[in-house]
Amino acid sequence: MEMIKVTIDNKVIEVEKGTTILDAAHTVGINIPTLCYLHLHDLNITNKPAGCRVCVVEVKGRRNLAPACVTECTPGMEVSTHNIRVLNSRKTVLELILSDHPTDCLICPKSGSCDLQSLAQEMGIRQIRYEGEQSTYREDTSPAIIRDVDKCIMCRRCEMMCNDVQTVGVLSAVNRGFMAVVAPAFERNLDHSECTYCGQCVAVCPTGALTEVDHTNNVIRTLADPSKTVIVQTAPAVRAALGEEFGMEAGTLVTGKMAAALRRLGFDYVFDTDFAADLTIMEEGTELLDRITRHLKGDTTVKLPILTSCCPGWVSFFEHQFPDMLDIPSTARSPQQMFGSIAKTYFAEKLGIKRENMVVVSIMPCLAKKYECSRNEFKVDGNPDVDFAVSTRELAHLIKQANINFLELPDEDFDRPLGDSTGAAVIFGATGGVIEAATRTAYEVFTGKKLDKVDFEQLRGMEWIRRAEVDFDGFPIKIGIAHGLGNARKLLEEIRDGKADFHAIEIMACPGGCIGGGGQPLHHGDSSILKARTAALYREDAGKAIRKSHENPFIQKLYEDFLGKPCGHKSHHLLHTHYFDKSNPVEIE
Amino acid sequence: MHLLVCGGTGCRASESETIFHDLKTTIASKGLENEVQVITTGCFGFCEKGPIVKVMPDNTFYTRVTPADVTEIIEEHVIKGRKVTRLLYINPETQESVSDSKHMGFYRKQIRIALRNCGFIDPENIDEYIGRDGYQALGKCLTEMTPEQVIEMMKKSGLRGRGGGGFPAGLKWEITRASMADQKYVVCNADEGDPGAFMDRSILEGDPHSVIEAMAICGYCIDGSKGLVYIRAEYPLAIDRLKTAIGQAREYGLLGDNILGTGFSFDIELRYGAGAFVCGEETALIHSMEGLRGEPTVKPPFPSVSGYLGKPTNVNNVETFANVPVIINRGAEWFSSIGTEKSRGTKVFALAGKINNVGLIEVPMGISLREVIFEIGGGIKDGKKFKAVQTGGPSGGCLTAKHLDTPIDYDNLIAAGSMMGSGGMIVLDEDDCMVSIAKFYLDFTVEESCGKCAPCRIGNKRLIEILEKICKGNGTMEDLDNLRNLGQVIKDTSLCGLGQTSPNPVLSTMDNFYHEYLAHVVDKKCPSGQCKALLRYIIDAENCVGCTACARICPVNAISGERKGVHIVDQAVCIKCGACLEKCKFNAVFIK
Repeated sequence: MEMIKVTIDNKVIEVEKGTTILDAAHTVGINIPTLCYLHLHDLNITNKPAGCRVCVVEVKGRRNLAPACVTECTPGMEVSTHNIRVLNSRKTVLELILSDHPTDCLICPKSGSCDLQSLAQEMGIRQIRYEGEQSTYREDTSPAIIRDVDKCIMCRRCEMMCNDVQTVGVLSAVNRGFMAVVAPAFERNLDHSECTYCGQCVAVCPTGALTEVDHTNNVIRTLADPSKTVIVQTAPAVRAALGEEFGMEAGTLVTGKMAAALRRLGFDYVFDTDFAADLTIMEEGTELLDRITRHLKGDTTVKLPILTSCCPGWVSFFEHQFPDMLDIPSTARSPQQMFGSIAKTYFAEKLGIKRENMVVVSIMPCLAKKYECSRNEFKVDGNPDVDFAVSTRELAHLIKQANINFLELPDEDFDRPLGDSTGAAVIFGATGGVIEAATRTAYEVFTGKKLDKVDFEQLRGMEWIRRAEVDFDGFPIKIGIAHGLGNARKLLEEIRDGKADFHAIEIMACPGGCIGGGGQPLHHGDSSILKARTAALYREDAGKAIRKSHENPFIQKLYEDFLGKPCGHKSHHLLHTHYFDKSNPVEIE
Repeated sequence: MHLLVCGGTGCRASESETIFHDLKTTIASKGLENEVQVITTGCFGFCEKGPIVKVMPDNTFYTRVTPADVTEIIEEHVIKGRKVTRLLYINPETQESVSDSKHMGFYRKQIRIALRNCGFIDPENIDEYIGRDGYQALGKCLTEMTPEQVIEMMKKSGLRGRGGGGFPAGLKWEITRASMADQKYVVCNADEGDPGAFMDRSILEGDPHSVIEAMAICGYCIDGSKGLVYIRAEYPLAIDRLKTAIGQAREYGLLGDNILGTGFSFDIELRYGAGAFVCGEETALIHSMEGLRGEPTVKPPFPSVSGYLGKPTNVNNVETFANVPVIINRGAEWFSSIGTEKSRGTKVFALAGKINNVGLIEVPMGISLREVIFEIGGGIKDGKKFKAVQTGGPSGGCLTAKHLDTPIDYDNLIAAGSMMGSGGMIVLDEDDCMVSIAKFYLDFTVEESCGKCAPCRIGNKRLIEILEKICKGNGTMEDLDNLRNLGQVIKDTSLCGLGQTSPNPVLSTMDNFYHEYLAHVVDKKCPSGQCKALLRYIIDAENCVGCTACARICPVNAISGERKGVHIVDQAVCIKCGACLEKCKFNAVFIK
């Protein structure tokens, strides 16, 4: 590897050839400010259009200033990162960006975690010398995501996520010059686009241009209504990230504090989506084994591989983009919806209340869950199985509004019966977790043998597409895993082309799985946060007494008392779903 | 005998097609079609005097011909051999008529290399191009020279990119040749976008084969078999003629597989641009060809390393290509003997504005602005005073009388605060307000910015807002400081050439005409009387007879006064429409 010498702010350093000025400066403790730049190291996701020009530096001998994020060091290069010319230019550019940005920071949903706001603070901007007309656009509200495009600064991070990582292709730059902005084609609304509501655009948006639809007020109003029994469920990935909103280190597990906080918020029953994750394994695992068994018996009509269906972003993706393959994914509903369905039937019966008087709130790391719970097939006579899906960030706001000192809370348990879960359920939140959980159960059911070791390390990790083989007592089960919809697309195309010989594939829309969901605390480009959350989930799994879904006694009881058997008649009605062709040829209005 | 009718866009707009048609039918009706040929050519350049009809072989150059003149030209000149004197060019100084273009001030100092065939041949007939040494250079390269030798020759000639950047063409070819790939591309940038510039269009309309030949030579040199012409869809005539020419070249085996039996294969396709100015920037152009949004990306990597579809791509502009066959035919030394040390050869300029001879000219590098404006251009219209010349299009700057004797080349123009650009040259006279001129150009860049980088997207908008404020009389000294700082920052921080040069009109007018800015800001006056908001219509009490005509015509009732009494304009109400000035018969209304 070739090393070259460069001088940055009078410091002579040696860097690998091809290193950018930004990275080189970082190695000697010089942090050049950036705005549009985003680099998720462990996931190899990079956005550097060099559009914001905040990172400009002076390179000796160069006519104009150089953007540090994309300019590679050359031998003998002399760089100045904060002389008067650089500082003036950087401040002027930032003032320009601010001059075309609404100044409603006090009530902006992004206030306090806005990259633009932080930068203006760091740069000490106290006045904007270049005030003038602001570009304004129509606001766009969808079931999950709000686009307040006046706040778009054209960093193109969302566009990169939507196109390069997710290959959904909804968001891209439209118009030119001063009116240039990122929007769906023909400036349509998101709900008239192919948007999957995966929320990765929201996860990377540096400003308040892309935010979630906020349901916190609905939740507060519901909690105050004495005629309603309000039930809450919390997704696995939430417990590994919620603490970050209260200043805790990434990867801190706050399962107990979260349950305590929810109880103090006034929820009548604090349950866990993990319970429904165990239920999902029962249904999806049974479906998998059924397909494999039929396949082994020579049934040529059986569709393999089976694809997981827990992720609503992924479900929308194949409904929009692969309508010819709707019969491949499992018909099992997602844990959120299974929970809602069981709560409003089994549990409502137990309590002796009508479903109209029960409100199910879910705490999700995900924005697509907001859309999922609004889908008509998950309603009974117009009453949804899950009433409100709120994000991890919204929950943090709720807790803060309720004057709860989160850090001082004791650890409490979930309520029973829908609050007890296994280690298999908690790893649903990380890429590879669902298929690992399914493998633990499917192995024991298929072979009739006990697993010596429940950890399947080969299914874990951050690689975009993973392929593994698990020996089912002489029968090799071929497993595929993809996270990020662009990688899902690759696997689906392999299947369509007949090149894949998988038995089962897990797909999660978000990079890293649910721990990297669009509703999680913002990572601000630090991918080590995602890794820490993943590690936390596996830690929780390892510490659980029961680590296989089919061994969950409350699940067993649910089948005994209510459902009958997995994939049986009642399960089919309450826990399974069907998919729709949502391909949408563009018609220009 | 040949009758050459200009088929350039300007002349076509003045009915040259009808002239062509009428000449043909009249010739036929006289039974002369075997003796006299009527041909449509490319642009003659002397657009001011168009439509042009030239009679060969006696070189008679008829100007401002109308369809009504057709019969006379045929009856008098073609049949009786008598020149139609009233259609000849009149030398403005001597008032004598000049029949041969060689003796006209407009052509005398020109050296036409890139435009060599424009106005001489029928662009839709490959045989005429071949008749003037066409495709000889391609043949020579393919059969007698190695690609390295051709590149060496190009480097020696000193030919620099004519699209504005001025990068040495031979060096670019060499770099592209050195980039290894299974496919390489030759791209011709025909996305001419500077307001008022039409040299590339004229070359493509008047001599499309010269570009095709040069692209094939370039393909041979860089080892690429595919050529693409990125051309504005607003140039339908150029597209038509290029398509015809490509078809003819294929028919003659000068494009396609195994050209001239040498084993070298090369073909050309067209790609249409939607007219975005920024797509003239080579990375934006390539993205547009790929079907992506036409916006630039950071260089490096340069297209010569990673361009169209990620393959090495050599992008040259139309005019650059048009020079190539001549260099091959006449040698690098001949070419480099023209021009200045660092800028060899000639440059085509589109001469426009307040000048007598508007048109397309090709002059040797190193010629002075004075020669271009006063000799070729025939001086300023209506005997007014020269004020400035804007070169380099919207990205260029304004040069003043003190630059008149500066030799024009790439480096001198940059040193003077402007640039060569693609060769637009707009002459301004004493009536032009320099603040308004800066605003005019900026208006263009604001419209044409792609919006990718913040300084260009927002900064240019703020610049024009400040200029508008100044023109309305609301400017402050702080605004002038802000203009300068902002202009400098936009130049310093923008991503591509568009933003890096867009403040030039503002900065160069501030450098050269600061007093005009001061007049607007401090005195609240526009010295040229162009900024409406700064005008004051005043009624002179001595001349006013109280006829009330002005008060009655005023659309906003800004004028008051008794019949037979002196009238007064209420400045707060006046919208400066000028109706009172026009109406007053007693010279009582004047502008202050």
